[in-house]
Amino acid sequence: MSADSLFRSLAAAQQNVSIEFEGQPLSVPDKVSLAAALLASGLRHTRESAISGRPAAPYCMMGVCFECLVQVDGQANVQSCLVPVRAGMRVRRQCGAAALVPVGEVSDE
Amino acid sequence: MSDVAIDLIIIGAGPAGMSAALEARAHGLSVAVLDEQASPGGQIYRQVLQADARSRAVLGADYSAGAKLAADFSQCGARYLPNAAIWQVTPQREVHYLVEGRARILQGRHLLIATGAFERPMPMPGWALPGVMTAGAGQILLKSAAMVPAGPVVLAGCGPLLYLLAVQYLRAGVAVEALVDTSQGRDLLKAWRTIPGAMRGWRDLLKGAGLLVELKRAGIRHFRGAGNLRIEGNDRANALSFVSGGQHHRVSAELILLHQGVVPHTQISRSLRLEHDWSESQLCWVPRRNGVGETSAAGIYIAGDGGAIGGAQVAQLEGRLVAATIAGQRNRTRLIQKALGRARAARPLIDALYRPPAQSCVPADDVMVCRCEEVSAGDIRRYVDLGCLGPNQTKAFGRCGMGPCQGRQCGLSVTQIIAAHRHVPPAEVGYYRIRPPLKPITLAQLAGESHSLEELS
Ligand SMILES: Cc1cc2nc3c(=O)[nH]c(=O)nc-3n(C[C@H](O)[C@@H](O)[C@H](O)COP(=O)(O)OP(=O)(O)OC[C@H]3O[C@@H](n4cnc5c(N)ncnc54)[C@H](O)[C@@H]3O)c2cc1C
Ligand code: FES
Repeated sequence: MSADSLFRSLAAAQQNVSIEFEGQPLSVPDKVSLAAALLASGLRHTRESAISGRPAAPYCMMGVCFECLVQVDGQANVQSCLVPVRAGMRVRRQCGAAALVPVGEVSDE
Repeated sequence: MSDVAIDLIIIGAGPAGMSAALEARAHGLSVAVLDEQASPGGQIYRQVLQADARSRAVLGADYSAGAKLAADFSQCGARYLPNAAIWQVTPQREVHYLVEGRARILQGRHLLIATGAFERPMPMPGWALPGVMTAGAGQILLKSAAMVPAGPVVLAGCGPLLYLLAVQYLRAGVAVEALVDTSQGRDLLKAWRTIPGAMRGWRDLLKGAGLLVELKRAGIRHFRGAGNLRIEGNDRANALSFVSGGQHHRVSAELILLHQGVVPHTQISRSLRLEHDWSESQLCWVPRRNGVGETSAAGIYIAGDGGAIGGAQVAQLEGRLVAATIAGQRNRTRLIQKALGRARAARPLIDALYRPPAQSCVPADDVMVCRCEEVSAGDIRRYVDLGCLGPNQTKAFGRCGMGPCQGRQCGLSVTQIIAAHRHVPPAEVGYYRIRPPLKPITLAQLAGESHSLEELS
């Protein structure tokens, strides 16, 4: 786990997978939620709010607060605390507006 | 449609949902269980089937005890659908959900909502800063990812879960910087001892050394009767300041975990427009249910902490009661109801003991309450001064509760702030009107929605 991380692992042997975060390769623990993986790798904020641009990070880890929203493979509004991390995922911080109503595909190509 | 419907659809695979499934299967009903988690267990037994010896030792015997329930559930012949994001439930007992990005529909003859509880909001200055999480979040990282704080951590608030987490961290070798206790200086250990067997789940942990004794022996700094909590930091948390024993304190930490009890998760029952009542003893909304757990909509039931906070043992019994009722098993229902009476006996005492202080439910003007739209307690009071009567109207005034969390995080605070400012009971103020989609869904997913029965049979 990263030296910057607020968390460390109790597990003796940690298996990692490689994902992409903000266009950069990132090695993160496998078999955990995406939010846990991002926290483990030392990322302190995963979203910037639509209103004031304040940095925000996963808060409840159980699908309630929606503070953990990120973009995954071009799709916005993904609750990172509820999706398992997967090798090769392309993840970006969600910056700006988020909506629950059908939003259509957000493409970052 | 009824010839292709499932006898009982259960939302939530915690103690309530798993027990209901077991009971229903024992009486030959067809059952489908959906849960947004990846494996059965709910909050208390999260990922219990995957936990290794080390995790079990840290999390304690109470946690490990859930392994049998989860294993029995996995074998019982109910269709289990993990990673299911439920975005709509209809009064006709149709459940619309997403699994791996694909939209599906299930039709049930009966529906059981067993979605459990979430943590009561604890708004205070700085609570939206990165580095501040809930104690439940800390415990979820421990149960599901074997992750513990790497540096100094402060635990603040009140309620059994806060003390339990402190002990679990202790067993994991984590140095808890301070336990900042907002409960009002009562002798908790003494009170715990007076609780009859009903709360064995929590009480077992207190036996022997006892949770608080264990914490004391470890030398954890325990501040009691704390108030005026404030998180300091600019773009991340770096300290918690508060008043305790008439003195101002400041504890440095980059990780601060907050908790002040749990409240029923009513998002689905609200979206169904079911009747809800304000519980003055639990300071939250509870869906209205009859003696067997049926709601104001026929054929729709609620069991477990999603109905009223009762703990894991009550949740299991309520789940079984609903299933036995649906199966028409009169003798079973009578037996279960008796056991429930005993299991619920201690609840009023626990509610009184851990009642959160008013100050941390109804915060000062400068505190952000709606984190999605960044609306403060002062904003809400201003809306009331302008004639706003309840949560739904705050939406028109300042988009409060209209962000992606749909009021899950702020709803309770908004009700309580408006009620206090108007000097009326919360029941008169009401709650947000919740509309689907309950979870993010795209137009493309919606367009591809299909019935999932073909795949299930
Ligand atoms: C974070 C947290 C940690 C807790 N830890 C403990 C503990 O260690 N010990 C203890 O005694 N008590 C604990 N509790 C109290 C808890 O409420 C237990 O009493 C018990 O888990 C309640 O059982 P239940 O079946 O009613 O609900 P839960 O166990 O909460 O189960 C509800 C299930 O429903 C699922 N769900 C919820 N909403 C949806 C939805 N919209 N779509 C799909 N699935 C959904 C959830 O993923 C969950 O699996 C905790 C509570 C919380 C909130
Ligand atoms: S961290 Fe709260 S919803 Fe994901």
